[in-house]
Amino acid sequence: MPGCRGAGPAPGAAEDGGGAAVPVPLPGSALPCPRGPAGAPRSGRGAGGALRLPERHGGGQEGEELFFSPPRGDRPQRGNTTQRLLRHERFEVNCVSFSCPYFFCSLPVYQVFESVAKKYDVMNDSMTLGIHRVWKDILVHKMNPSPGTLLLDVAGGTGDIAFRFINYVRAVRERQLQRKLKHHQNLSWQEIFENYQEDKSDSLGDSQVVVCDINREMLKVGKQKAQHLGYSKGLSWVLGNAEELPFDDDMFDVYTIAFGIRNVTRIDLALEEAYRVLKPGGRFLCLEFSHVSNPLLSRLYDLYSFQVIPVLGEVIAGDWKSYQYLVESIRRFPPQEELKAMIEDAGFFKVDYENLNFGIVAIHSGFKL
Amino acid sequence: MRRLLLRAVGAEEEVEEEEGWHQLYPSHIPTSPLQKALLAAGSAVMALYDPYRHDMVAVLGETTGCLALPNLRDKMKHHPEGYRILQERPCIRLSTLDMSRLRGLPDGSLGREYVRFLEDNKVSPDTRMPPKFVDDEELAYVIQRYREVHDLMHTLLGMPTNMLGEVVVKWFEAVQTGLPMCVLGAAFGPVRLSARKLQVLATELVPWAIRSGLNASCILNVYYEQRWEQPVESLREEIGIFPPPAVRM
Repeated sequence: MPGCRGAGPAPGAAEDGGGAAVPVPLPGSALPCPRGPAGAPRSGRGAGGALRLPERHGGGQEGEELFFSPPRGDRPQRGNTTQRLLRHERFEVNCVSFSCPYFFCSLPVYQVFESVAKKYDVMNDSMTLGIHRVWKDILVHKMNPSPGTLLLDVAGGTGDIAFRFINYVRAVRERQLQRKLKHHQNLSWQEIFENYQEDKSDSLGDSQVVVCDINREMLKVGKQKAQHLGYSKGLSWVLGNAEELPFDDDMFDVYTIAFGIRNVTRIDLALEEAYRVLKPGGRFLCLEFSHVSNPLLSRLYDLYSFQVIPVLGEVIAGDWKSYQYLVESIRRFPPQEELKAMIEDAGFFKVDYENLNFGIVAIHSGFKL
Repeated sequence: MRRLLLRAVGAEEEVEEEEGWHQLYPSHIPTSPLQKALLAAGSAVMALYDPYRHDMVAVLGETTGCLALPNLRDKMKHHPEGYRILQERPCIRLSTLDMSRLRGLPDGSLGREYVRFLEDNKVSPDTRMPPKFVDDEELAYVIQRYREVHDLMHTLLGMPTNMLGEVVVKWFEAVQTGLPMCVLGAAFGPVRLSARKLQVLATELVPWAIRSGLNASCILNVYYEQRWEQPVESLREEIGIFPPPAVRM
């Protein structure tokens, strides 16, 4: 029987760090929305900026850093790696949405990704015939990150964007170093050696990527992949909800959400959160399935989506229903112009989109000024 | 959009009325002919590739059984015991079986041997997949009954659940039911067996399975739940299954 794993904090909850039990609501029961009554202005992080939830024990694991959001008056320094965040299991299931009119989206979504986590990558390759890799490459190329960029990848579960980001930044860094060395004429061998050594240890140039996902299983798969592929530096995994990110304001240079925003119950909230956590000058990038306007292609696409994809889901992952849900959620998602308007509503400027494959997928981009 | 909203909140009946999309039984997933064809092909490949995907074998059976299942249903309808089964729709589940009573039955009785089979092979009647892609509610029950009776077949034929035993049971079922999934399983199952086992299979087990299958009356026409006390030998004779050959499995 599906049920909430944990509850978000009630508004004005007491600051008790003693781990007082928060009642687990029954499915469908109305939980006071921590965001306050619908439409109330966001009050930010509350007293001192510290999140009001009891600290989870369990500590950080290898390759994982914990962050905490310091009080509002104390902006974190860029590149300060001693930030620590309280991990909050409460974000596991978005119980907030029970009180919002669109509750039907969140609970099935969580279970969908729980059950497909292990086969997620295999299914992506089969459904898109490997083309999703190209889409993600294009996204990172469009991002064109330079070394020192701090990226937040939301709904980044299995780490595809994060790994590409790291590869890209490493490549850029290497080219930078090579150019730098070329300009150093008349160095002694000792100086060249030292130069090379000290830059070698900084292959990422201080860049960092934080992968945030609401689903523990997806993060687990992502961490395993990272270990398997040898990614450890500059990579963090945080459990969190796109509608209420566990990060302070103005923290990140780039925010990406690849094939994740479709699964968010309140897209407008996610966009507002994206705006909040980005630094001024920061960039919002969204890669998502969108609408095909070409009528013939649209029919073929529908045929493929509804006839083939659930079958692939059944044969490969043993799960018809999750992939039926996937296809329906794609159709339900706002088309390009509508999403562009929503992004503009959240406060972003210079919002634009680029269709890939005739609109099967679109990359939306916006800037916080 | 409304359809999706309704479906998501569980108002299935309203969805059905609205678009004539019929879910005939709880686990039913309606599929188009194209989807069935793709499922049949995909499940066949996957079942060969990974024999542990029992769900793929089940899906293959459902998507290819459109001719054999009505045949089986008619055989049941025209037999007094089979007809009763179709009416009463018994299910073999741990919840419906009185395991302690069955364990207490004398050795050699169907109930005792069945429980022994379950325990020796560490299987349970509850792991059978419910039918999903059969578009007729009665036929869905027929295939479900076939799956539940499969374990009893192991008991009656005296075959363990290793690859060799399964292939033998498939041969028997192929002859008995005519289900394409059984035929395919019987034909392709042996590819994963060793030479020695293949030899035993070809010389002794398959001829016996075929002879028994042809000789026996329809296995779905036996109300097993009412025959737990009956000795296995007597039931074998009644159905028409020849005694299994004494080979090391």
